[in-house]
Amino acid sequence: MRPRNVQEKIGFFVLKLCAGLVVLILGMILHDIVSKGWRQVNWTFLTAAPSMGMTEGGIFPAIMGTFLVTVITAVCAVPLGMGCAIYLNEYAGDNKVTRLIRMSIRNLSGVPSIVYGLFGVVLFVNLLGLGTSLLAAGMTLGLLTLPWTITASEEALKNVPQSYRDGALALGATKWKALKTNVLPYAIPGMLTGTILGLARAAGETAPILFTGAAFFLPFLPRSLSDQFMALPYHLYIMATQHHDLEKVRPIAYGTALVLIALILAMNLFAIALRYKLRKLKKE
Amino acid sequence: MNREHIKIKVKDFNFFYGEEQALKNVAMDIYKNEVIGIIGPSGCGKSTFLRSLNRMNDVIPGVKYEGTVTLDGKNIFAHGIDVVDIRRKVGMVFQKSNPFPKSVFDNVAYGLRINGEKNKDVIAEKVEKSLMGAALWGEVKDRLSASAFDLSGGQQQRLCIARALAVEPEVLLMDEPASALDPTATSKIEELIQELKKNYTIVIVTHNMQQAARISDYTAFFMMGELIEYDVAGKVFTNPSKKITEEYITGRFG
Repeated sequence: MRPRNVQEKIGFFVLKLCAGLVVLILGMILHDIVSKGWRQVNWTFLTAAPSMGMTEGGIFPAIMGTFLVTVITAVCAVPLGMGCAIYLNEYAGDNKVTRLIRMSIRNLSGVPSIVYGLFGVVLFVNLLGLGTSLLAAGMTLGLLTLPWTITASEEALKNVPQSYRDGALALGATKWKALKTNVLPYAIPGMLTGTILGLARAAGETAPILFTGAAFFLPFLPRSLSDQFMALPYHLYIMATQHHDLEKVRPIAYGTALVLIALILAMNLFAIALRYKLRKLKKE
Repeated sequence: MNREHIKIKVKDFNFFYGEEQALKNVAMDIYKNEVIGIIGPSGCGKSTFLRSLNRMNDVIPGVKYEGTVTLDGKNIFAHGIDVVDIRRKVGMVFQKSNPFPKSVFDNVAYGLRINGEKNKDVIAEKVEKSLMGAALWGEVKDRLSASAFDLSGGQQQRLCIARALAVEPEVLLMDEPASALDPTATSKIEELIQELKKNYTIVIVTHNMQQAARISDYTAFFMMGELIEYDVAGKVFTNPSKKITEEYITGRFG
């Protein structure tokens, strides 16, 4: 074989190896969790509260807690993020102030989640007096999701052709009307896709809710926004590292991990399906 | 023909993109129910001029105007003028046909709906009238609910014309409306323009000299932001008063 062909072969092999390795790692993680967790997941596990010092029972309060806190996160982050993106992309010009805003958003997405957690304690728990609660934790996660929501929403708005805006304006639409009737309807699926991915990330976070609202153990569901709550990622953290009998609760930890991963996977799949549908619409 | 009635009067008009001056001291009277063809080499300011007549240049950041453009005697750049009103009276058809991702019917109805028309019968009637006006009704009447993207290129452009007609403008601006179309579709658009001028004043930018000669009553020749010559089309194309106009229309440059 000629040397340059050998080089070519080696090059491709290394690249293939890199790609394969990524899949392999993901596969190993999934295999580990599924194989050790699936026996644990049954109806009781999904619908019962933990009992006997969290060595028995299920994880229902944690599932509901994660669900509720994610809803609050969405309520906080979605309107704010979409509004911010609409302002930046449609109204604000390109100047020093908007460049500063954009830079802040980019940097915000790089802030470690534990820092969001501490910020949430200072602002929501203490300063605004919300206490450690569902609301404080949801708002903290909302902050964490905000850069994702803004970036995805702006991207979605950019994908709507300028000619839709111009065409509407030329027919006598005001700027807002053109936006509402001829831009947003085509941008919203894309906005939602990015937002769901951001929410999926938030749902799996532990650090931001650690000090702002997540409870070690609560046998009941939160009854108001000011109650503490159990959450899947925090419950997993406890079952894996903090429980007094780690060996005994290991299957519960794996079961919790499996439920959490399934939940996030479902959210991502939903986002992908939405994007797929959007692409099909665009082709028409 | 009523050559006395000036529909649009442009006076001492300067236009800037930031520091760069795109139009210099343009003055032009546009008569009612005439077709005004605007020709000139690329970058001469003809599209900028066209987009000034319905203030579509407003959407570009950093633009600046001087001088006046009056529509029926009212300065469209005066303070307190509602630009939305101007755009309703001065419709526009773009170079690249831009149907919205809606049905044929909804495309034409769009302008009516955003302007507050709710009566379904009125909308249906005006949509039909506009599609007839754009010589498209016969081809689409059986598929009004089909996506506008299913139409051919020429049909899409006529759909955009119908969409502009639906809001009942007085002036129609066209920015090279046939530049992306094949000869058959182009001649359909040209025929349509002749038909439309009975009811509308039409200002059309074109790259195609023959087209300008065929369809325009008046022809304006722009170069480097200046209006070099503006006269009856027959005169501009057979006996231009400026040498440079003659050089351009005989194809010596451009």
